[in-house]
This record gives sequence, structure tokens and C-alpha cells, in this order.
Amino acid sequence: MQRESAIREPLILGHKTYKDITDDVVGPIMGPAPLGWKIMITISSIIAIYGIGSILYLIGTGVGVWGLNKTVGWAWDITNFVWWVGIGHAGTLISAVLLLFRQKWRMAINRSAEAMTIFAVIMAAIFPGIHMGRIWLAYYVFPLPNQFGSIWVNFNSPLLWDVFAISTYFSVSLVFWYVGLIPDFATIRDRVTKPFAKKMYGILSFGWSGRAKHWNRFEELSLVLAGIATPLVFSVHSIVSMDFATSIVPGWHTTIFPPYFVSGAVFSGFAMVQTLLLVMRKAYKLEDYIHIKHVEYMNIVIIVTGSIVGVAYLTELFISWYSGVEYESYAFINRFSGPYSAAYWTMMTCNVISPQLFWFKKIRRSFVATFILSIVVNIGMWFERYVIIVTSLHRDYLPSSWGEFIPTATDIGIFIGTLGIFLTLFLAFTRFFPVLALNELKTILKSSGESYKNEQVK
Amino acid sequence: MKKVFHVMYDDDEKLLVAARELVGKGIHVNEVYSPFPIHGIDPVIGIKRTRLAITSFMYAMTGLSLAVFFMWYTMISDWPMNIGGKPSFSLLENLPSFIPVSFEFSVFCAAHGMVITYLLRNGTLPGMPATNPDPRTTDDKFVMEITTDTNSMSADDLESAIKNTGLLELSIKDLK
Repeated sequence: MQRESAIREPLILGHKTYKDITDDVVGPIMGPAPLGWKIMITISSIIAIYGIGSILYLIGTGVGVWGLNKTVGWAWDITNFVWWVGIGHAGTLISAVLLLFRQKWRMAINRSAEAMTIFAVIMAAIFPGIHMGRIWLAYYVFPLPNQFGSIWVNFNSPLLWDVFAISTYFSVSLVFWYVGLIPDFATIRDRVTKPFAKKMYGILSFGWSGRAKHWNRFEELSLVLAGIATPLVFSVHSIVSMDFATSIVPGWHTTIFPPYFVSGAVFSGFAMVQTLLLVMRKAYKLEDYIHIKHVEYMNIVIIVTGSIVGVAYLTELFISWYSGVEYESYAFINRFSGPYSAAYWTMMTCNVISPQLFWFKKIRRSFVATFILSIVVNIGMWFERYVIIVTSLHRDYLPSSWGEFIPTATDIGIFIGTLGIFLTLFLAFTRFFPVLALNELKTILKSSGESYKNEQVK
Repeated sequence: MKKVFHVMYDDDEKLLVAARELVGKGIHVNEVYSPFPIHGIDPVIGIKRTRLAITSFMYAMTGLSLAVFFMWYTMISDWPMNIGGKPSFSLLENLPSFIPVSFEFSVFCAAHGMVITYLLRNGTLPGMPATNPDPRTTDDKFVMEITTDTNSMSADDLESAIKNTGLLELSIKDLK
């Protein structure tokens, strides 16, 4: 059996047994829905319905209901797309990259982080879909034989790479998540008593019985999927950044974009994980499994990725001056002093300064401070995408084409609506799905559980 | 009459010790049911490392060749187009912009092919019935399955050997 140093903080607090882990996670699923959950899902469903209404209005009327114009052809839609995809990255990073590095603390958070990834990618996928204008022709993005020649899609275009990247990313994350869920669904299947629930969990668990050979395959599968999901995560946001970087728009045309977008994505994703988990651990009484050490580890990731993002901002500024290209330097001077300077300085404050507060141990190990800062980071990351997209576009090469973007109620309604849909899906997940990876947590109980560690010291 | 023994333990390490002891006596352990993977049990009860990773590599290579072939067919052979002056007349010239899609499609095929193979080989598919002998094996109990038809010992000898292994419960059933 694996041993771990007794000095290292335990990952599972209290005197837990295997049975306790099952009961703590399966208990809330079997009990009646708590009042707080009912209130929250009602509010988020109302917001979701408003968002769906806004989307239907957009489809019924046309993209003209957005604040877009001839100069600023991409604004809130693509900002929201990049923001949501970025948020998705934390889940795969936690489940894949941390699995390869054998980080045991990931086991308490990977299940909900992956669920967050899947829901975030669904939200992201809405935006390119609806911004096409004629969504009923959305299948044109796939290389299908047609009667126009046949004219194929353009495989030279990063926009098409994005179609492949996002659909691969979504489907691979989904199966990775589901494969891990199967044994836990089996645990629920064998616990629940209501016949309908038993039947449903029976179907969802695929008849999993925990045979030794199946576990052997399970571990190999998790490892290989983690191995191929790792380059996938990096490729997805790199490709998203190439949507911008391969164009000749000043402010977009920079080679720094792929690494800068990937670290920005991880940065905002971890912030969103913190926001959701800090509420979830309280609501479902999972304080022993997701405790301050987990939060601290995630805050360290936030410092690292936040600092990379900060360095990238400064590098961009420096290069815009150093390159001596008039258009580039104008784009950046305009960013921090032009009509959108408020967005730029919000981004700088939220993304560069606020994560540096985590160098203080008191702040890093405080639930309240972490919760506030995680929301600040997500606001900052939304503004980052807004700044990159809108400020670069609103000043064209020809001053006669200069324009401004002002969001309309539909722009705002759709964005707020996706937050509602996302929260509704996540709340449904916490109610019916095992929110912790039961089978994985049980494997680390003896090496990282508090009571077992104390025995080692004696 | 052929018999099946389901020996239950309340700890993974107890089961591992017991399995080692029984296998040392020449007893064949058919199956182990556990709520999580017991590390180190595979060589003891004679389970070989799975070849799933090899299949994943094969699926990846299939995906890679399909993607490259398809992009060559659409972009170069079937309907070459001049898009922004980018070269579109030979695979080699155009290859750099084919890399992202080739990679994504290889990953797509590797991941899904491997998962489908895994589910089929396990026989775990939607709606399949559960086959664990006791519902507690998905919670905190560990069960070892030993049958008389894969062992040369008599049922009584097996029973006495099993009884000395620190077990929690023993259930003996007739094998159908």
C-alpha cells in the first residue's frame, strides 16, 4: 500500500470509513430535496427561461437585435463563447493533467469540475451557433457532401479547426466523465430503495459490478484518456486563440496568443470551480472532503496562471511599442486610454492585481476571501475577452469606418440566460449525481485520511 | 454438486492477504468484487495487464489516416480552391494547416474507440443487469469468489481453507 508523509496535511478530515464516504455522498441523493436547492433551481430556471426567450427572439428576428455593426462584427457573442470555453478548461485540467501528475487532492474536486466543464462547453457552443444568423444551416460547418459541386469546408481556416476542436473536446470530456461515473452510479443503484430510482440508476450504471478485471481496465482507461486529454486541453484553447491570432487585425495578430489564452482559460476555470465548490461543500456538508487545503492548492494554480496572464498583458504592451508598427501601438494605446479604457482597467485590476493577493497565506487559506476573489477573477476574465475583441475591432484601418459597440438588451439577456442555464444544469447535477468521485476517494482514504495518518505518527 | 463460495472481507488489505494465502495453497480465485480498485490484486489472482492501451493507439492511427486522407481528398483532389493565396495543390505544402484537425480527429477516434472497446469487453452497457453477489460490494465490502469446478480440492477442504483467512461472512451456494 502507498504511504504518504505524516507531515503532509490530510486530504480527508475526521475519522472516516469506506462506509462513511458512501453515506456522505449518496445520503443527499436519497433524501428529499433541500429547500435551499429548490429556491436556487427556481431562480436559475427563471433566468434560464429568460435566456432561452432571448435566444428565440434573436433567431426569429435576426442578428440585428444585437448591438453589432459593420465595424464591430464580433462582440458579446464571441466574448461569451471564449469565456465559457475558458471556464471549461479547469475541469479537464483537474481530471487529466493532475491525474498524470498523481495529485491526490484532485479526487475530491474532479467530478464536479468535470461536470462544470461539460456544462460550460455546452454554453459556449450556443454562441457560435446563434451568431451564424441562420442556425438551421449550422450543419454547413461539417464537411458534408452537397449539391454545390461539391464545395467542401475550408480546412485551412482556424474557424473550422475550432469546430473540430470544440466537438472533440466536448465529446471526449463527456465520455471521460461518464466512464468515471459508472462505478459510482452502481454504488447508488445498490443503495437506493425507491423502485423508479433503482431502475434509473441501474440503467445509468451499465450493470457495473466491480470485478477485478474491470477495475484493471478502468485504471488503464483513465490513464490513457488523461494522457490524450492533456494535449487536447492545450490544443482547444490554442485553436480558439488562433481564430484571432491568424487574422491581420492589430491587437489580435500576435504569436503570444495560444499560451496566453490557455493560461487565461485555466485561470478563469479554477476561479469558477472555487465559486461553485465553496457553495457546494457547505450545502452538501462535504467540508471534510473539500477543505482549506484543497482551496489553497487551487489558489496556488490561480496565482501561477494569473501571473502568466499578467506577464502576457505586459509583453503585448511592450511588443506593440517595440515592434514599431504604428497600427499595433495605436491599438494598445487606444485600449488603455480610448473609449473602452474602463473595461481595460477592470481587466488589469481583476486579473493582474487581485490574484497576487493570494501570496498572503491568510488570504490564500480563507474561504471568504477566496470566494470573493474567484468572482472578481471571472469578471476580469470576461472583460479580457471583451477588451481583446471589441477594442481591436472598433478602430478600423480607415477612420471613416470607426465605430462603437453598445450591447442591447438581447445581448445582455442571452449572456445572463446562459448563466441561468449553466446553474440549472449544475444544480441538477448536484442533486442526482454523485458529486464526489467515490471510488477514487476510497483509494486514498488510507494514505491521506486524517485518522489513518495519526496512526502512522504513533 | 458444484459449489460457489462468496467470501466477504471488510477491508481491502485483509482480502489481499487472504488471496495471497489461498493462492499459495494452490486454490484458484475466480473473481474479486470490490468498491474500488485493489492495487496489487491482479498478479495474485492471475489477471494480466489489459491491452486496452494498444487498441487506443490503433484507433488513433486510424483516425489520423482518415483525417489526412479526407482533407487531401476535399482540399486538394476533389475541389482545390485558392483561399487567400494559400497553397492548395499538394498535400505537403498544405500539411501545416491540416495538423490541428488531424490531431483532433486522432484524439476523437482514440478516446471514443477505446471507451467503446472498454464497455464492450466489460459487458457493461446501458440496461445490463448488475452481477455483483452482494449489494455491499459497491460500498465498503470486498468479496472473493471461489468455485469448486475450477479447483481440484473438495468443497469441504476449500471451506476449511477459506475459514482461516479472517473473513467477515461466507456464503456457499450451489453452482447452476
